[in-house]
Amino acid sequence: MTSPAITSAKPAAKFASRFDRFQIGLLALAGLSVAGTLMYGGYLLTVMQLAMIYGVFCIGLNFFMGYTGQASFGQNAFACIGGYGTAILCVQYGWEPVLALIASMVIAGFFALIIGYPTLRLRGHYLAMATFSLGLITYDISIQWTSVTQGYMGYAGIPPLGIGSFTIDSERWKLVALAVLLMFSFWLSLRMRDSRFGRGLRAIAGSESGAAALGVRVPRFKLIAFVVAALYASAAGSLFAHTVGFISPEVYGPQMAVMTFTMLFVGGVGTIVGPIIGAVVTSLLQEVVRGSGHFQDIAYAVVLLATLIYAPKGLSALGALFRRKKEA
Amino acid sequence: MALLTTKALTKHFDGLVANNAIDLDVPQGSLFAVIGPNGAGKTTFFSMVSGFLASTSGSIAFDGRDITRVPQHEIAAMGLVRTFQLVQLFKGMSVAENVEVGCHLATKGGVAASLFRPAWFRKQELEVRERAHELLEFVGLSAQADLDAELLPYGQQRLLELARALAAKPKLLLLDEPAAGLNTHETEGLAEIIQKINAQGTTVLLIEHDVALVTRIADRIAVLDFGRKIAEGTPEEIKAHPEVIAAYLGVEEGANA
Repeated sequence: MTSPAITSAKPAAKFASRFDRFQIGLLALAGLSVAGTLMYGGYLLTVMQLAMIYGVFCIGLNFFMGYTGQASFGQNAFACIGGYGTAILCVQYGWEPVLALIASMVIAGFFALIIGYPTLRLRGHYLAMATFSLGLITYDISIQWTSVTQGYMGYAGIPPLGIGSFTIDSERWKLVALAVLLMFSFWLSLRMRDSRFGRGLRAIAGSESGAAALGVRVPRFKLIAFVVAALYASAAGSLFAHTVGFISPEVYGPQMAVMTFTMLFVGGVGTIVGPIIGAVVTSLLQEVVRGSGHFQDIAYAVVLLATLIYAPKGLSALGALFRRKKEA
Repeated sequence: MALLTTKALTKHFDGLVANNAIDLDVPQGSLFAVIGPNGAGKTTFFSMVSGFLASTSGSIAFDGRDITRVPQHEIAAMGLVRTFQLVQLFKGMSVAENVEVGCHLATKGGVAASLFRPAWFRKQELEVRERAHELLEFVGLSAQADLDAELLPYGQQRLLELARALAAKPKLLLLDEPAAGLNTHETEGLAEIIQKINAQGTTVLLIEHDVALVTRIADRIAVLDFGRKIAEGTPEEIKAHPEVIAAYLGVEEGANA
C-alpha cells in the first residue's frame, strides 16, 4: 500500500500537469477582457457575447477534433439545429427559452447519433469531406425549407434567456450570464476529459490501434465524442439565437465552420484552455480587421496560416517555449 | 492446459500465403516464443490471434472459448492483450496517463459517471492512479511519470508500452518484438521484466528476432519460416534443430539433409 501522503499528493501533481501557469495566465487575461468589456460597454459587449458563445462551440469541437483527433468541418450543422430549434419552439410555440434550448440539444444529439454512426467509419480526409458536406446540406436546408425556417428572412423576436418572468434583458447581464455558462461548459468538459472516458478519447488520438489493443471501443468512443461536440454546438447555436434575438441561415453557414476552426487552431487544438482563448482572441481580432471589409476572410486565412506554421499547437501551448528556454 | 490454441490457422493476402496451417498450443503459465526470419509471418499470426486481422481459415481458441470470429475489443476484454512492433504510445498524454489508459478494461464508467462522479467512481480514479504508479515503479519509470510520453527515449517507450499492457491485467500478454531497436543493456533489463511478469502468473507469448534472448528466457519456442511452423520445442531442441539452423543461416532447404 502507498502511504496516504503519497496518494493525496498525486491528484495535486495531476492538476499541475493539466494546467501550466501560462494557460492559467491566458484564462485570467480572457477573464480580464470580459471584465473590461463590462466596464467599457458599448459595441464590445456584443463582440464578447459572441466570443463566449463561440467558446462553448469550440469546447465541443475540441472534444472531437482535439481530444479524439478526428476531423469535423460540419459541426455548424448542429449549431443550426440548435438555433432553429430554439427559435421555432420559442417564437411559434411560445416555449420557455431554457426548455427550448435543452429540447434542441436533445434533437441535435439524436441527429448526431444517427448521422455519426455511418459517417464515422470514414477516416482522415474522407471524414473531413463528409462532415463538411453535412454542414453544407444543413445550410441549404435552412435556406430552402422556407415553411419551417422562413428561408433568408430568418427568425426575429427570439426571446432572451431567462427563467419564468425573469429575463436577462441588459446587454451587460447577458454577457455575465454567457461567461458563467462558458465556465460551466468548461468545467463539464474538464470532468469528462479527466476520466476513463476522456482518457479513452485521447488514447484514440494518440494511436487508434494502441487504444483498441487495450480494449477501448474505438468506433463507440468516436461516436460519443461526436455527439458531445454536437450537444455543445447545439447549445451554442441556441445561445446565439437568444442573445442576438435574430437568426438567419448565414449565421450557421460554412462561414461559421471556418471561423470556429480558426478559433480552435489559434487557441490550440487539443489543449484545455485553447477553445476559450481562441474564441476570445479571434473575436477581438475580427473587430480589428473589420475595417478591411471584404478582406476579412483573407485576414482569417492569414491568421490561421500563421498559427499553423509558427504555433501549430496554438497560443495555449506557447508556454512550452518559455519552459524550454528556462530549462536550457 | 493450453490457454491459447490455434488449429490450422491460415492467412492469404491475395496470392500470398502469409500463414499456412499453423497449429500452436500455448500452455497456461508458460513463456512461449515464436521466432523466425523477417517475413516469416510472425506478426500476421499475432494480428489474427489478437483479432486485429481476420483469418482466412482455421480456428483460434482462448481460455476455453472459440475466438476465431470474435471482435477485437471482446478478445481484449477476455484478457488477451497485445503490444506492437512499432511502439503505439499515446502522444500528447503523460507517461502516467498512458498507463492509466491501460486500466480501461479493468474499470468502468462512461460520460455520466465522469460528470456526476459518484463515490465508486472517485475511488476507482484513485485506484487507477495508484495502479499506474505501481506499474511505473515495476518497470522503473516512476521518475518520468509526469513527462510527455513522446519525450521518452526509445528504450523507455518500450517499457512504458509493457506497463500499459500490464495495467489491463492480461491473462495472456502478446509481445511483438519487444526488444527491437534496444541495445544490449536495455534488452537485459527487458528480459528480466518479462521473466518477472511470467513468474507472477501471466502467460506470455513473445515474437522475437533476437534468438539469443529467446533461447535464454522462453520455456518453449515455435519457429516460423515462410508462413509455416517448421519446428517447436524447448530452447535446447530448437538450437539443435537442423531446419531452424537452415532457416536462420539461409541454407537451401534439404541441402544438409
